[in-house]
Amino acid sequence: MESSGTPSCEQSDKSKRYDRQLRLWGDHGQTSLENGHVCLINASAAGTETLKSLVLPGVGAVTIVDDAKKYTFSFHSFFVDSDSVGRPRGEVALRLLLELNLEVRGTFVDQPLQEILDNQPDFFVPFTCVIVTCLPECTLLMLSKVLWEASIPLVVIRSYGMIGYIRVQIEEHAIVESHPDNEMPDLRLDRPFSALQKYMDSLDLDSMDSKEHSHVPYVVILYKHLQIWNQQHGGPPKNYKERKAFIELCKTGMREKENSEIEENFEEAVKAVNTSLLPTSIPSGVQSILNEAASITPSPTTKPFWIMARALHEFVTSEGRGALPVRGTIPDMTADSEKYIKIQNLYREQAAQDADWVLRRVQELSQQLGPRKIVTSLESDIKNFCKNAHALRVIKGKSIAEEYKGSINLGEIGAHLENPESELVWYVMLRAVDQFHSEFRAYPGYFQDQVETDIVRLKVCVNRLLADWGCGPIVKDDFIHEMCRYGAAEVHSVAAYIGGCAAHEVIKIITSQYVPINNTHIYNAITATSETFML
Amino acid sequence: MVASSGGHHQWKLAVGTVVIITVVIISGKKSMMDWGERWSEVRKLLERPGPFTHPDFEPSPDTLKMLQENMRVLVIGAGGLGCELLKDLALMGFRNLHVIDMDTIDLSNLNRQFLFRKKDIGRSKAEVAAEFINRRIQGCQVVPYYSKIQDYDDDFYRSFHLVVSGLDSIVARRWINGMLLSLLCYEDGMLDQSSVIPLVDGGTEGFKGISGVTYRLTQGVVKRIIPAVASTNAVIAAACATEVFKLATSACTPMNNYCVFNDSDGIYTYTYEQEKKEDCVACSQVPQELLVQLTEKLQDVISRLKDSLQYQMKSPGLQAMIDGRTKSLYLHSPASIEERLRPNLKKTIEELGLRDGMEIAVADVTSPTTVLFKVKIQT
Repeated sequence: MESSGTPSCEQSDKSKRYDRQLRLWGDHGQTSLENGHVCLINASAAGTETLKSLVLPGVGAVTIVDDAKKYTFSFHSFFVDSDSVGRPRGEVALRLLLELNLEVRGTFVDQPLQEILDNQPDFFVPFTCVIVTCLPECTLLMLSKVLWEASIPLVVIRSYGMIGYIRVQIEEHAIVESHPDNEMPDLRLDRPFSALQKYMDSLDLDSMDSKEHSHVPYVVILYKHLQIWNQQHGGPPKNYKERKAFIELCKTGMREKENSEIEENFEEAVKAVNTSLLPTSIPSGVQSILNEAASITPSPTTKPFWIMARALHEFVTSEGRGALPVRGTIPDMTADSEKYIKIQNLYREQAAQDADWVLRRVQELSQQLGPRKIVTSLESDIKNFCKNAHALRVIKGKSIAEEYKGSINLGEIGAHLENPESELVWYVMLRAVDQFHSEFRAYPGYFQDQVETDIVRLKVCVNRLLADWGCGPIVKDDFIHEMCRYGAAEVHSVAAYIGGCAAHEVIKIITSQYVPINNTHIYNAITATSETFML
Repeated sequence: MVASSGGHHQWKLAVGTVVIITVVIISGKKSMMDWGERWSEVRKLLERPGPFTHPDFEPSPDTLKMLQENMRVLVIGAGGLGCELLKDLALMGFRNLHVIDMDTIDLSNLNRQFLFRKKDIGRSKAEVAAEFINRRIQGCQVVPYYSKIQDYDDDFYRSFHLVVSGLDSIVARRWINGMLLSLLCYEDGMLDQSSVIPLVDGGTEGFKGISGVTYRLTQGVVKRIIPAVASTNAVIAAACATEVFKLATSACTPMNNYCVFNDSDGIYTYTYEQEKKEDCVACSQVPQELLVQLTEKLQDVISRLKDSLQYQMKSPGLQAMIDGRTKSLYLHSPASIEERLRPNLKKTIEELGLRDGMEIAVADVTSPTTVLFKVKIQT
């Protein structure tokens, strides 16, 4: 281990400290997080709140870029204190943030972003992810371009009055562990692999005594009745009506117990029909990943994910006979442990065998790329990949520069703006206040005595923006008034909300687990509602 | 520095009397602490009119002072949500914050309960959290209570304008509902709005499907899906703090009224109005008929409500309207009130003074609002 002193003690301390989060992303997720280095540009309330939720779970390192010479006593941020009046805002924020977790390293860069962009092209290379807040539109566009070209993920956050905004710019993001909410079991009852079939056929429900009969795992019950059904119907139940009939068939196999209770395992079987009897198939999202993998020619710059996807594609078209590798996990069942474990092992062994095929193929593909072996192809990585094959996700992002050029779907914007429930109007307002700022060097309503004039001016900005997009002046004046009321105020609870969300997006990006937004999220604290758009 | 009256009449959660705020002179070196600089962000929302404010809202500099000087907020729990809530509220101008928690700090808290350090392990969460906030945010006075919520009686709870909870215990949650319910007062059968103490509740996984809050006390229920990580706590607490701020200032209409947050696939929130299900027995204000006999004891009526398939209540609390006055027949909590009312269980309907046609409001954890019954005496 890398730590000196008493590693075992520190190790257990650490796992205790991180116990609650390790349940979410595992040790490997934690390792990725600890190898991550994030950069925050501008230590605003939303910015520091984001870092707080990254420092606490133990991100490896943070860098703050902030050129605010002295902080004014902006008390809506928690990471300022009265002892530090006169010190640079970013320096104070960094010191107070690092107090939260002694494992995290930090750097403060007291330099205007524009200067960095002009003179240090490689400045951003070390970062796993860049978070930015409070930037004028032109600087944001420059930054977005630099990071897009360097393939460094960028998360833009805003907390503007009661409105929050998160924009994730990421060129391509591949996720192996997407952690879907409702996972269907992978039991292969419609196309049992030979070891499973052999074992199932060796069992005979009718000759079992009542104890054995009431403790046979429900997967056996489903299998046996499916054989009967198939003989009668020529194939597995295809729709709701047929599954209902299949349930009735299963019930005929149920025996009444002595104490006139019903057999629990049969009850479970009946309940499982709707999820366990779905035909084994490849989800369309995964299929399109496989198609893409099939079309690429592996090169030394190909990412490991695509090498694995390529090998997976080959598995499906040959060894797998059109199906993904067996997942190898089965649901809990009321059953005698001997049969349950036997069946569990059958699935597990098949999964290992399938993963092994993919592993060998990955190794072959890597070797073809010559001596510069690019895939370390850890057995555990491939196993994990195969186990999650049904839930693979790839996000293809769009750059902010591209979005601002007007390549957004204009028809959709018009439709959204006519829907009074849509939050898209706030996106339009945020874009409009940025244009206002470019023109007048201040946000509308920033100065108390200019609120009324700014309302008129902002309306011009909004309508100009809409005209550029080919929409009429369809934004209600209410929204313009409300924006001017805010005067770019950062409300702490909105900043904290956006900071929490943004931190989670960053964690998703760093760990490649769970699915980040693609690409714009609007939070409306007035109504406590939110919406995500692909712009 | 300005002295001013609280301007309480515009407040939805008004206290009964006008309070004269004394002049606050901040002494010492930190001259930065003048209102203009320090609270400029919040003041924009509070001093400017807007199209999305509550109808009661009147833009005024008094609003901030009200928030700072008059508004007493109780935060229940100083854990993951509690730490965030205290920080959020303190940075939005609330100063009279009170926090109650019976727990001490454990190592496994430190990955999200950001007011605690390793050296604090073993100490009271409420005390350490209060010390930290008071040190970091000058002018804020968090008062800690290292105790159980059950250790305090109705006078204590009545002293707050708002209660916000980040509890992970259903029992404690049920208890605080019961307490806030017991504080409601009636005049001529009408609920006295000033006796309503809104509860904003940041729920956790374990609370799914339960919302035993009565008389619209729940202004917001926010449920988190991914537990025990700093970012999710931050989000849920922030959503609660926003609602507290809205309730206290009317600067925006409160959310309506149940919000679910899930960020495992993208970010997803679902906000909906939980109370107004037209077909919900619990919400309909049309009284149900309650058949009773004059000789029947109150405890028998209560067991009927529990056993009945239609209601399936768990621990119903009963209040009757007798001659335009509210009379509590039986409430489970707080303990002091339960003890006082316990003898009623053995009394008959007749002894309790219930007559044909009288209304009984029944509150139970199984229903978000009280169920109204009309007494029908069986002969």
